[in-house]
Amino acid sequence: MNKILVTSLILAVLTLNASAASKIIMEGSTTVLPIAQAAAEVFMDSNENVEVSVRGGGSGVGATSIVEGTCDIANMSRAMKGSEVQKAADRGVIAKAHVVAMDGIAIIVHPSNNVSALTKKQVKDIYTGKISNWKDVGGIDAKIVVISRDTASGTYEAFGALAIKGQKVRSDALTMASNQQIATTVSTTEGAIGYVGLGFLSDKVKAPTIDGVLPSKKSVVTKEFPYARPLFMYTNGNPTGDVKKLLDFIKSAEGQKLVDEQGFVSLK
Amino acid sequence: MLKFKEKLYEVLFTILAFSSLLFLVGIVFVLFWQGLPIFKEINFFNFIGGKYWYPTHDVPEFGILPLILASLWITFGAMIVCVPLGIGSALYINEIAGEKQKSILKPLIEVLAAVPSIVFGFIGMVVVAPLLQKLLNIPTGLCAFSASLILGIMAVPAICSVTEDALSYVPRSFREASFALGANRWQTLTRVIIPAAGSGISTALMLGMSRIVGETMTVLMVAGGAAVLPTSFFEPVRPMTSTIAAEMGEAVIGSAHYHALFAIGLVLFLMTLAINVLAEIISRKYRLKLGLSR
Repeated sequence: MNKILVTSLILAVLTLNASAASKIIMEGSTTVLPIAQAAAEVFMDSNENVEVSVRGGGSGVGATSIVEGTCDIANMSRAMKGSEVQKAADRGVIAKAHVVAMDGIAIIVHPSNNVSALTKKQVKDIYTGKISNWKDVGGIDAKIVVISRDTASGTYEAFGALAIKGQKVRSDALTMASNQQIATTVSTTEGAIGYVGLGFLSDKVKAPTIDGVLPSKKSVVTKEFPYARPLFMYTNGNPTGDVKKLLDFIKSAEGQKLVDEQGFVSLK
Repeated sequence: MLKFKEKLYEVLFTILAFSSLLFLVGIVFVLFWQGLPIFKEINFFNFIGGKYWYPTHDVPEFGILPLILASLWITFGAMIVCVPLGIGSALYINEIAGEKQKSILKPLIEVLAAVPSIVFGFIGMVVVAPLLQKLLNIPTGLCAFSASLILGIMAVPAICSVTEDALSYVPRSFREASFALGANRWQTLTRVIIPAAGSGISTALMLGMSRIVGETMTVLMVAGGAAVLPTSFFEPVRPMTSTIAAEMGEAVIGSAHYHALFAIGLVLFLMTLAINVLAEIISRKYRLKLGLSR
């Protein structure tokens, strides 16, 4: 009895190995990681002969490894820099960009806050420490409780690039581990300001306009809203075979639904 | 045959006894091995004394002074909460409570120690912080004060139970001799019992302190996490433990940030080591002074 069991087990493992013929490696941005992971899981369910492995490391790591040829798809939360494209070309790699989603970040305040419009400059000043009182941006005389994300977060990185242009977030800003935590804290703290992905807007918080534009899926896709950026997946030349199948899946309606579920803005 | 068995058990238990030593050596080794490389990027004094912690910025800054001071600041606040509560309850249980009260109180206080720290953190974040924010009219309840309060409560069981044990170990003859000399209960307590239990009580305080310094989850959720030099109890701060917990997951292995986090762990380890050594010294000194062999 036991023997049969063991034999069939070995057989099962062997066939499993034999059928996993194709392997796709995705590497790079931790921002894009959740999209890649969700897509890989669903993709592998319907394509049992393909094994997709997803690794983080950051956009820079993704760029390096597509150039070195150690990954099939490089996930990047920014476009490749000129120097990276040049390096790729030197090695005969033609980096091809695929926009897979949009990332939008809304500024949120407590619903009782009378400030309903901010400019990009004001947001930058609040986050870098130049403005510390709501009265300086048209509100009441109260201290601004500035809330930011942990330095490890992709949203922090995006906010740093889009809203404060690589300057340092003031050191007395509270740091939180998740979008949800920021939303909850802002909803219970009258003087608070925070930033979250668009998926976390609700009627418990108020999202002021930035330079006159309300954060919404539409204004993010059209890039009217200033805190929006595309998320990329790079391939070496035009994708073929299973890599193409995976990218097509991510860009499909089903794949874009996953993008939405992960708190990003889908392209459609 | 019997002798062989005996020998075997002896070896087995020796290995078990020394295994924790092995783990300790391993941990210390890893802390130094992964922590020291940061000092190739930044010198020791700029690391310990630097005022800015921007590990992922383009021009990273690895100053951990705000983090060290935040840990000490919160520990100081928590001690103010837990010392009177812990020692007070121990004195009550030992001196005043009857057998029945004692049999209920002591296990209950020990159950408090069994509450997971994440639960304390959660209650701190959802209940205590918003409440303090309203009551004290402060900008945010996620601050050193809330963290100190909750950590203080968390450390009460450790302090209370060890203190109570120490008090109950004081020989009855001490008490009887004191009464015989005409001292009243208060005099007996403050001049005889407490000094006699001194080594145990100070051990209790040190144990409580190491628990507070090393506590991670609660401060991560409640302290606010702003890496500034603490100036008030009502401002958010960022202790060493929560910095490691929040950032280790995403720090690129082998990067300066990664090594800096290990170096923070090393500093933290040295701090708790110092507390434990101090506890040992104090308790030995007391034992000698009282001529107790225990």
